[in-house]
Amino acid sequence: MSINRRQFLRRAGVVTALGLGGSFAFTGLRGTVAEAASDAGYKTSDKSLTAKHWAMVVDMSKFKSEDDIKRVTESCVNIHNIPDFGNPKDEIMWIWQDDYEHTFSGGDNEYLTESFKELPFMVLCNHCENPPCVKACPTGATFKRSDGIVDMDYHRCIGCRFCMGACPFGARSFNYRDPRPFIKKTNPNFPTRTPGVVEKCTFCVERLAKGEIPACVEASKGGLIFGDLDDPNSEVRKIVSTKFTIRRKTDLGTQPSVYYLIDRVGGGEHA
Amino acid sequence: MYKGGKIIAALIIFVAFLTFPFFYNMGKANAGPENLAANLKQAAEPQCVESADYMRTNHMQLLNDWRQAYVRDGQTEYTNSQGKTFEVNLDTCTKCHSTGSSSNAAGLSNPVANNVGVSNSAVDTSDQFCVSCHDYASVKPTCWDCPFEPEGATK
Repeated sequence: MSINRRQFLRRAGVVTALGLGGSFAFTGLRGTVAEAASDAGYKTSDKSLTAKHWAMVVDMSKFKSEDDIKRVTESCVNIHNIPDFGNPKDEIMWIWQDDYEHTFSGGDNEYLTESFKELPFMVLCNHCENPPCVKACPTGATFKRSDGIVDMDYHRCIGCRFCMGACPFGARSFNYRDPRPFIKKTNPNFPTRTPGVVEKCTFCVERLAKGEIPACVEASKGGLIFGDLDDPNSEVRKIVSTKFTIRRKTDLGTQPSVYYLIDRVGGGEHA
Repeated sequence: MYKGGKIIAALIIFVAFLTFPFFYNMGKANAGPENLAANLKQAAEPQCVESADYMRTNHMQLLNDWRQAYVRDGQTEYTNSQGKTFEVNLDTCTKCHSTGSSSNAAGLSNPVANNVGVSNSAVDTSDQFCVSCHDYASVKPTCWDCPFEPEGATK
């Protein structure tokens, strides 16, 4: 039962050849399976609205009554399955109304005209050019798209809430509880969230993909203007470059994409 | 063997204990996934996103890829290996395949079905398609944690 060196080498060579051949056979097979799917591809819909830098202008002259605000916020709540927990601690907010002190908390002009200070400001995620929430997120769950929208991937959110601490605008809300039972009117075509994820305004990316403008813009009847800031012919660009607009907390350097048009508020000659 | 009898008896008890679940469930095994085609009322054009063989082995990977494409890359259309284009959406699946995560009232309350309108009968009214395999493999899909089931109802 003893073999000499020559026999050993021969047998070892045969076994090695078999092993290598077998692995080639397997990888070859796998290659053909992968090929079946390699022609497949993903693309954006032809209907989708595209831009280099989506931005929004809030025309302060258009938000006068409670109804103007309610219409806008409810349009968002209804399509995005935003729950109402009935207490401010758990509140989920995508777009909401806030007062001057909270919106522009620099407090520069103490004797600013009272009529301006008492205005209701629509506030939402500013979709900053330098979003601090994206830098803070340890999992990449929140990210900036190439069109400037700061989006959320709920699948990756681990609920650490660093982004909520990082956001200087309080635009992010955390699901402390299961939101499903608290949704008043469900939209089956939009997902709900699970407990333990952060959510916020997404500039209605799911509507843009279908060629529709954001729901709040549609409901605002001209109070919110949405468009491509990089396009010199877009309405938002024209407003921002010709009229007086302000942005929130610009000193922080986040470069918000939401502009507040206050040109027509005081004078009233256009309104 | 020193105290051999006790050791062997203990070993027999130990082996019996270990194998108890197998003997207990013997003959009671779940029937494997039944004829899936019966749970799939085909639409007028019986064309899945990819071939049935491919989907059977790779649907979970495809769903992950779809999620990545839609959520992160904003790509909402998928062109399959035959060059046919589908909307990247779970609704695309549930038009033919029901989910079985809750009883499906004949597809009537199914918003997907309602969108289809006339071709309503093409929608699977069985609630067995996903569960028939997933229950057998004891794999719980998390698909309906966020997207609504086709019933569109809250629990």
